[in-house]
Amino acid sequence: MSNFISLWQAAITFGTVILFGALGEILTEKSGNLNLCTPGIMYLGGIAALAGAFFYENGNPSPNPVVGVLVALLCCVIASALGGLLFSFLTITLRANQNVTGLTLTILGSGVANFFGGSMNKLAGGVGQISVATTSAAFRATTGLSGLGTVGKLLFSYGFLTYAAIVLAVVLSLFLNRTRKGLNLRAVGESPATADATGINVTLYKYLATCVGAAVTGLGGAFYVMNYIKGTWANDGTIEGLGWLALALVIFASWKTLNALWGSYLFGILYWLYFYIGGLTRYSQELFKMLPYVVTILVLVITSMRKKKENLGPAALGLSYFREER
Amino acid sequence: MIGLAQTPVVQMKGITKRFGHVVANSQVDLTVYQGEILSLLGENGSGKTTLMNMLSGIYFPDEGQIFVGGREVTIASPKDAFDLHIGMIHQHFKLVDVFTAVENIALGLEGKLVLDKREVAARVKEICDKYGFDVDPNQKVYSMSVSQKQTLEIVKVLYRGADILILDEPTAVLTPQETDKLFAVLRNMKADGKSVIIITHKLHEVMSVSDRVAVLRKGEYIGDVPTAETSPQELTNMMVGRQVSLNIDRPAPKDPKPRLEVRGLNITDSAGVRILKDVSFTANSGEILGIAGISGCGQKELLEAIAGLQSVDKGSSILYLDPATGAQEQIIGQNPKKIRDMGIALSFVPEDRLGMGLVGDMNIPANMMLKTYGEGHGLLVNRKAPRDLAEEVVEQLEVVTPDVFTPVRKLSGGNVQKILVGRELASHPSVLMTAYAVRGLDINTSYAIYDLLNQQKAQGCAVIYVGEDLDVLLELCDRILVLCSGEVNGILDGPSATKEQVGLLMTNLQKGGADHG
Amino acid sequence: MAKTTATKSPLIRIAKREDISRPKAWLIRIAAILIALLVDGLIIFAIVHLNPVAVYQAMFSGAFGTARRGWITLRDAGILLCIGIGLAPAFKMKFWNLGAEGQILVGGIATAGCMIYLGGRLPAPLLLLVMAVASIAAGAVWGLIPAAAKARWDTNESLFTLMLNYVAIQLTSYAVARWENPFGSNTVGVINQNTQAGWFPKLFGQTYGLNLLLALILMLAMFVYLNYTKHGYEIAVAGESHNTARYAGINMTKVYLRTMVISGAICGFTGFIAVAGSSHTISTSTAGGRGFTAIIVAWLSKFNPFVMVLISMLLAFLGSGATEIASRYNLNDYAAQMIEGVILFFILGSEFFINYRLIFRGKEERAA
Repeated sequence: MSNFISLWQAAITFGTVILFGALGEILTEKSGNLNLCTPGIMYLGGIAALAGAFFYENGNPSPNPVVGVLVALLCCVIASALGGLLFSFLTITLRANQNVTGLTLTILGSGVANFFGGSMNKLAGGVGQISVATTSAAFRATTGLSGLGTVGKLLFSYGFLTYAAIVLAVVLSLFLNRTRKGLNLRAVGESPATADATGINVTLYKYLATCVGAAVTGLGGAFYVMNYIKGTWANDGTIEGLGWLALALVIFASWKTLNALWGSYLFGILYWLYFYIGGLTRYSQELFKMLPYVVTILVLVITSMRKKKENLGPAALGLSYFREER
Repeated sequence: MIGLAQTPVVQMKGITKRFGHVVANSQVDLTVYQGEILSLLGENGSGKTTLMNMLSGIYFPDEGQIFVGGREVTIASPKDAFDLHIGMIHQHFKLVDVFTAVENIALGLEGKLVLDKREVAARVKEICDKYGFDVDPNQKVYSMSVSQKQTLEIVKVLYRGADILILDEPTAVLTPQETDKLFAVLRNMKADGKSVIIITHKLHEVMSVSDRVAVLRKGEYIGDVPTAETSPQELTNMMVGRQVSLNIDRPAPKDPKPRLEVRGLNITDSAGVRILKDVSFTANSGEILGIAGISGCGQKELLEAIAGLQSVDKGSSILYLDPATGAQEQIIGQNPKKIRDMGIALSFVPEDRLGMGLVGDMNIPANMMLKTYGEGHGLLVNRKAPRDLAEEVVEQLEVVTPDVFTPVRKLSGGNVQKILVGRELASHPSVLMTAYAVRGLDINTSYAIYDLLNQQKAQGCAVIYVGEDLDVLLELCDRILVLCSGEVNGILDGPSATKEQVGLLMTNLQKGGADHG
Repeated sequence: MAKTTATKSPLIRIAKREDISRPKAWLIRIAAILIALLVDGLIIFAIVHLNPVAVYQAMFSGAFGTARRGWITLRDAGILLCIGIGLAPAFKMKFWNLGAEGQILVGGIATAGCMIYLGGRLPAPLLLLVMAVASIAAGAVWGLIPAAAKARWDTNESLFTLMLNYVAIQLTSYAVARWENPFGSNTVGVINQNTQAGWFPKLFGQTYGLNLLLALILMLAMFVYLNYTKHGYEIAVAGESHNTARYAGINMTKVYLRTMVISGAICGFTGFIAVAGSSHTISTSTAGGRGFTAIIVAWLSKFNPFVMVLISMLLAFLGSGATEIASRYNLNDYAAQMIEGVILFFILGSEFFINYRLIFRGKEERAA
């Protein structure tokens, strides 16, 4: 039982990172922008949150946890939205290829993040020495409900961002399916020419969806830094792997945020399963870690075999739109 | 009504629009009055759609002024146009496939945060009742027929309160009966005080529905006349700028012999829908067999099945009868390359010229070798022969191009079609299939294509002509096969068939009584 | 009602350029690189407060300062070039092979496996041949899997290949754990350190001579393949339109499979070069993100192998140079990635100004 509880907890924490990534990416892709830089954006969000908290705590002898959290979140959202803005400017205004731009932004994002992460490690006196204890603890703080035995451990033992992600998944689902703006956004991703002809500002929708989506994705990076690795930095590329997995989750969820919600936790269970299965050697554990990727590939193949129009994602995904094209 | 018709609702003055070096509209003046149906007539490429796109906010004019209701306005986006009560129904429908009718109608409108679909549906019903439309509010667009989509587009525009409706080639995809229904609706709207502009190049429609005709030629405004005071011949002369004969030659078939026998052809798509049902007919050498039908009733699949591009159900048969040897060869189950390897010169001019028949970004010689690049031994392609052929086609068909090394995408529609047809004729086909061969072409090029088809017919080729303009089908073809929902609904004798006959066969399936001649 | 504002027309409009002369296009690209270097200089100055000119001088000496450094830069450029060449046919076919990273890794695993198990048991030339064949086969299989799914079910290849990268990374981790040396280090260490079995021999007296020779051969072969052969023609047609390819009687399944086998094989072969000709070990960073960088190399060069050489050189120069300034000024290696990212963005953005022109309000007549 305790094994199950800790697998469950590990899965939720893991899942929340990629859930943020996937939610942001779904919002972006609904506008027809295929943003392959989820890892890059998560890098930017993560390092910005860490840097914000680091400089706040270093400059203050007795840092306030609430201020620390706010500074970290603000830095994270601004940095990742700027990444989204850069992507939007290149792909929407300058009409660069979306795949190539996304990959470039991932290179840039990982460069910037690891450069500053490494520099901060150096400033703090070595790898793992960055101390944002107050802020990180505030990110991971739980309510009294976590003491409620097994139920408390299963449901209430997580930081506030975990619940924020769940709320966000529900809100985004309502936004996309019930509201006028959500309908307009989906139309932009399905058929920009149609949206344009009905008076929707296609460029504005694309920019906004991409930047807000990037901000949400960036929160995944912040959650990774503050909750998953508890307020430090490692140049080990884990965040990049999680970023690609978030992208995979979008397809797994067939662009539906509520599917992404349970899908993310399922991915978490698959990812950590090796840890809880007895008798695995160190190398066969490595093979087990393939599971989420293999499952994604299977889902990808199965959805393409079924070809249901509603599950295939926005029709104009990855295409730029230029009204006076002729 | 006469008094009403004198109130101008839209005035365009000195409108000019350029695309790169191409002048699409030059100093155009156009006035639309309240409560009239105005035909905007012109050849393909004369700038009709561009002009109307500037009224609906898709394009922005380089020069000129627009007045609506007497006031000068700036229409920078489709939203501005809606605010001025101008609505346009584009030739290529602007609908989102995976949305329902109601969702498409509500798209882009202001209102409460949460969309109340029932409220929209109720107002849609009001509009439908008023003008006599039939729209299922919860039907997804991808399951609608072309005419349902068009109805939805009109309702969408009316929902936005349009008083000035622009319809771009609205009848191109409709049957004669559907066209009549549409015209009745347009007259209802006119009676309601709305102004309607229809963009068209079909003269008989201009004559039957409009009050006034405005003519554009090569981007310039030629003039306007009341419909009652003009004739098709006069309008043609205005459109083309000189006298043209409107008759298409139809020489008698030359020694017709069966060339292609299609027997029991069935096609079922991946979703299990029957596309073609038990199609049987014979195409003869030395004649032009026309194929008519509403769009999407199986013409495309039929031609592609013959060309070896479409998988068919078991039991289908397409026999090719070799004129030299009299041998019969089964085409089913072959691909285009294998059919060529069997020694069958089967040419196909597909509907989608740049998306199927040609490679847009390649130059003319590279396009010439599309079907022959594999000839000869060795790994390398032969570049000399295609270049010679390219120069021959450019010269003989009078293709306008800077040189043969221009990517075909940069050429005009007519020249693209000449290159495609030129290549297909170069292989001296014994069967020639064309799909919508003159769509989007100007009158001169269209007649040049008809002449080429007649030449092939005279040389004993079996020509299959899929067309959408019934007038052309009736004048050009020796026999007309009418498809209806994937079935052969009758084969008529070209010279004696009437438009009404063909129209009825296109829509009403004859139960069990179809003549499979 | 509609606005009757003073705005007569939009401030800036965008129009497609009819044609642009080649020198002018290159001028725009070079200007973009120069501006990017300037921006990078400003960033460097902002971070370390050093004279950017001195920093670029340091970078240059890091990349070409000594013969050895020059050869290392050339070696890195060669590897980038090989991957780019491998990707070119896939991308020309509009098959988004984002899986070079994984294809390199499986090629590297195959190479390292041969070195470990066969080193010393086969004569050197035969061993190299076996390693090459094994890496090619591994890469080919890694390319074939997504191509088969694409051909059969039209499965999205960009995500499939991305996921395969991670499967390959886990396979590498597995192999590293299996072959780790010394025990507990979680690295493979330099393979056959003493015997040098399976290492590239010196060519023209140069350690990396063979690396460069192989890259040059691949480059020329790919140029001929894409531009002059029937296969190349089929790839070009298929990349433009599937319907046209069907119409021409081109078997799309065959072209997909064949092209991706070639693409994966070249990337796998690059894994062979990277392991046997350069690092003599295998780790999850054997590909090191170069599978992604090469995508950008292939794309920006529009699949022209000669342009690929230039871009690969530029990126390799930046890599070597940044390593130098990192150690000289006590920064970290990731500065290179940052600088590279900025330059790539500027080159990507510059394509816009080659394809389109801006028309400012009031200048219509002259511009047209």
